[in-house]
Amino acid sequence: MAAESGKIDPMHQFQVEPLFGHDWTIAGHSIAFTNSSLWMLLTLAVIWLFMLGGMKRELVPGRWQVAVEGVTNFVTDMLETNVGPKGRKFVPYVFSLFMFILVANVLGLLPFGIIPGVHPFTVTSHLTVTAVLAIVSFSIVLIVGFAKHGLHFFSLFVPHGAPWWMMPILIPVEFVSFMVRPFSLALRLFVAMTAGHILLKVLAGFVINGLNAEALWVAPVVSLPSLILMIGISALELLVAAIQAYVFALLTSLYLNDAINLH
Amino acid sequence: MPQIAQIGEIYASQLFWLAIIFGAIFLIVGLGMVPKIQGTVDARDARIAADLKEAASARENADRLEAGYREAMDRSRADAARLAAEAKAEAARATEARVAEADRFSAGKLELASKRIAEARSSAQAEIEAVAAEAAAAMVQRVAGLSVDESTARTAVQQELVRG
Repeated sequence: MAAESGKIDPMHQFQVEPLFGHDWTIAGHSIAFTNSSLWMLLTLAVIWLFMLGGMKRELVPGRWQVAVEGVTNFVTDMLETNVGPKGRKFVPYVFSLFMFILVANVLGLLPFGIIPGVHPFTVTSHLTVTAVLAIVSFSIVLIVGFAKHGLHFFSLFVPHGAPWWMMPILIPVEFVSFMVRPFSLALRLFVAMTAGHILLKVLAGFVINGLNAEALWVAPVVSLPSLILMIGISALELLVAAIQAYVFALLTSLYLNDAINLH
Repeated sequence: MPQIAQIGEIYASQLFWLAIIFGAIFLIVGLGMVPKIQGTVDARDARIAADLKEAASARENADRLEAGYREAMDRSRADAARLAAEAKAEAARATEARVAEADRFSAGKLELASKRIAEARSSAQAEIEAVAAEAAAAMVQRVAGLSVDESTARTAVQQELVRG
């Protein structure tokens, strides 16, 4: 481990390492079961267990059922406000997306590291994951848009009420802003999670190295403020974890609104 | 940055497991559980809406009943007032009629009596005239020695009586 050499590598937490199935391949590509896959599986398990508590389907709900219904209502309301009644069809997808990102973000932040041998991993801090989610969202928007409106879907790039002579400028701008959507979706989540985790890890490195320093004044001057800062930033990161999941789901529903209602 | 440095070796594994696990979340949770939970919520909302509607219609019914009761009360009160007024008017009319009758009766009697008085007076007057005429004729005969016939004496007496 990097810490043994007295130097803490803040990037090591993002390392993907195969756990088993090193020799599993599909068409020559390795599909080993990695720590990333393990945390995806844990995400699935947590979501499933959480949802199971809401499956009692009582008329007068218990606490757990209220919590589950609160989350489903949150996503349903988001789609109904942004898309309208037609948005209800997309609740299963947007809900899965929201819950996957939220739970993956939060699981990566929880202090499982205090259990020896356990290394938490944030699935959503990987571009390979966020890009796939963004591409899936963007593809759904494209498929729904073209299936519903055919070639008329291109009128999305023509802003309403703009004078005709502005069109040569506005249409390319609208087109670029449309095509940037999957990249912004993927990068926003990836960068937010990565930056937060790096910051926490760097501060943790300050705390540990400060405590290990030979000069006694270093610990109170460096380690203590860093620890206090870490507490605040951990709270902030929990907020970011929720906000990023919300933003991803909200933007997906806004893009779906474009595809379904065309402005 | 391992996320970028490792892409070449991990992308297939990441994609494969993400597809399986996100697919499982979508199928099991998204398609399997969410509609059921949403169905429960919708059923509850529908139930609450129906209950509220029922309560509203019950209240409306109660309001209508109260309005009907009030109207009936008002009507019977008005009826009672009208009956009382009618009875009072009837009684007043009956009293008036009886008073008028009594008036008429007493007026008739009065008239009869005054007629009799007038008759008595005129017959008395005639008698007085006759007596006065006789007396005047007798006086004229005695004083002047003139014989005055009865009709001339009566005319003179009448003139004197009227004048005086």
